[in-house]
Amino acid sequence: MMQLAVTQLGIEIPYWGQSLLRVLGGLVAVLLPAGTIVYLFLFKMMSFMQSRLGPMEAGPYGSLQLVAEVGKWMQKEDLAPEAADKSIFKIAPLVVLLSTFLLVVVIPFGPDALFTDFEVGIFYGLAVASVSVLGILIAGWASANKYSLLGGLRAAGQLIAYELPMVLATIGVVIQAGSMNLQNIVVAQNTGEIFGWGGIGNPYIFTQFIGFLIFMIAVQAELTQAPFDMPIAESELVSGYMTEYSGFRFLIFFIAEFATAGVFALIASVLFLGGWGIPFDWFGWTTIDSVDNWMNIVGPLIMFTKMLVLTFIIMWVRFSFPRFREDQLQTFAWKVLIPLALANTALTAILKVVF
Amino acid sequence: MTNLSDRQQLSYIASQAADARLNVELETEGMTLNIGPQHPATHGTLRIIARLDGEQVIWAEPSAGYMHRGYEKLTEVRTFPQVTTLVNRIDWLGSFANEVPFILASEKLMEIEAPPRAQVIRTILFELSRIANVSLFLGDLGVQMGAITPVFLAFRDREYVLNLIEGATGGRFHPNFDRIGGLKDDLPKGWIEETRQTMVKLRKFCDIIEDLLFGNEIFQSRMRGIGIIPADVAKDYGLSGANLRASGVDYDLRRDQDIAMAWDKADWKVWTHPDGDSFARCWVRLQETRESCKIVEQLLDQIPAGPIMTKVPRIIKVPEGEAWVSTENPLGEMGYYVVSKGDLGPFRVKIRSASFNNISIVPWALKGVYVPDIITILASLYFILGDIDR
Repeated sequence: MMQLAVTQLGIEIPYWGQSLLRVLGGLVAVLLPAGTIVYLFLFKMMSFMQSRLGPMEAGPYGSLQLVAEVGKWMQKEDLAPEAADKSIFKIAPLVVLLSTFLLVVVIPFGPDALFTDFEVGIFYGLAVASVSVLGILIAGWASANKYSLLGGLRAAGQLIAYELPMVLATIGVVIQAGSMNLQNIVVAQNTGEIFGWGGIGNPYIFTQFIGFLIFMIAVQAELTQAPFDMPIAESELVSGYMTEYSGFRFLIFFIAEFATAGVFALIASVLFLGGWGIPFDWFGWTTIDSVDNWMNIVGPLIMFTKMLVLTFIIMWVRFSFPRFREDQLQTFAWKVLIPLALANTALTAILKVVF
Repeated sequence: MTNLSDRQQLSYIASQAADARLNVELETEGMTLNIGPQHPATHGTLRIIARLDGEQVIWAEPSAGYMHRGYEKLTEVRTFPQVTTLVNRIDWLGSFANEVPFILASEKLMEIEAPPRAQVIRTILFELSRIANVSLFLGDLGVQMGAITPVFLAFRDREYVLNLIEGATGGRFHPNFDRIGGLKDDLPKGWIEETRQTMVKLRKFCDIIEDLLFGNEIFQSRMRGIGIIPADVAKDYGLSGANLRASGVDYDLRRDQDIAMAWDKADWKVWTHPDGDSFARCWVRLQETRESCKIVEQLLDQIPAGPIMTKVPRIIKVPEGEAWVSTENPLGEMGYYVVSKGDLGPFRVKIRSASFNNISIVPWALKGVYVPDIITILASLYFILGDIDR
């Protein structure tokens, strides 16, 4: 975005201005998907699946419901349990949200619309994604509540277990693209060819279908959403690690949950669905530098559409499935997903060498 | 540990001793988890005191009574017709079924019998309240395991049944419609046709639930082989209803008892399941809902003409004597032991409610299971707090 402003429009922006723009861009990139997901899927789609209308009063078709809810949460008292470790208790939701913000930094939204062009982007992304485990764990511990503790420990066990298949599923893509840079992965998919035909590029969902499935399952688990919502398990652990939170700290947890869903969907669309790009063949582009400038506007929209499609699937599963038990969940990760992901990685590597 | 009996305290101490031995070996420390009285999984105010080792339960005890309303005592200061108003708040999801055994016991003491038309309508309403009750159970089953959609479908379809009950009796939840010697009113016009259409909807609801929940692999892995109750244990603890039949005991009071109701006029089947696990209990309830639809559909064709009320005195005085009548209610066997001294009201009423006996197996069934299984086992045992505490 910065390069765009400086090079194309010929405006000189001081460094503090660039930083401010980056922060604002990050806020938009995190909060806009989160709000859309909450309204479209949590409020409306879920309601239609359950034969009800959902919010209808605040704004046309309840579109301002989220604003009303945020207003409600902000008014509430910022409570901390007496026995809680207060400072850690208060910082935990921010740690979870922070991990989402750090994650969005490496995602490319267009040829020039990106925050950082990071060589080992996907490596960094997967690393900061696990920062949220820390937030959840300290939230569960600092609440001084038995349900929270159980929830926090379950979350830690689950997130660590599902981090592995996620990383292994990504390795297939990295091998195929030959790069860890997310921008390069996008370009590699859109300049790719299927048996010499570049009409739709070569989105890795075709070649890495197993990887895509494993990645989406792991995302579902990372987001602690049904059928992997054992850490929250509202019918047994009340709300798991979030039990003691109220007011805007609960709101931050809530936003972080859906923002992370959005950001993971963005990463999945970059890795498997071709990201912001359209097949370069269509307009005769060959490299990233030859891409027209209007892609900086269209690219984010394409990303946003793909994100909605993927989060729709995530939410659809969430609303329909009952949850696993903790041990079944671990068994599924260690005995099914990880061997499958390893086999997929090995196969990809062999095919890469052969062809 | 304030409201525990001596026996409970003893077993608690024993469990702590066992716990201590375990702790010496593994150097771990147990944790006491109070599930309830305010907890989303207990549908009200049941408290389960569970002693945990990690996520495994080593000792569990239900502590009931947080919602005790003293109905047995209250009946002593009511007249016989007034008692139905109280007792239909016991199992609040299938209210009409609560009134029937009490009225039958009173009729037994007075040596009268409701006319055939009233008997058939009573049976239809009885089965409708079973459908209303169990359909909510089937939806709630999903919510206990994190699937939030089935419960809304259940609420939607239960509403049709409640509309029928309201149409016939005037009360959605608390009909208070049964009278000694018959019924308060006759059926309204068009009710029979509407009931027939609703039964089609309810059968469809059963199919949806079977697809959405019972066919789901995760649901099955959570339910199958969990909380197994063998037939002899189930009998020892006095389980009844679907919980007993799911353990393979073929016992249904609707069929096994000669009673002044119309179940024998319909052709239906008592479902049992050999497994005795959580899945079996839920499955038996699903099948029973279908059977109930069948019973209602058949009885709708057989409503005889005639009065709905037999001749009873304006002021009902029940002759001296004692009577016990129990019926197969939605939750299990529910019975009333009515003692009359020839007054306007009963001298003493003992209520045998199904859920109270059904949760007595909780300490046995929860031993050694994991915390998530507590919820599925409790959900599959299916209790209603009003039915436990009365």
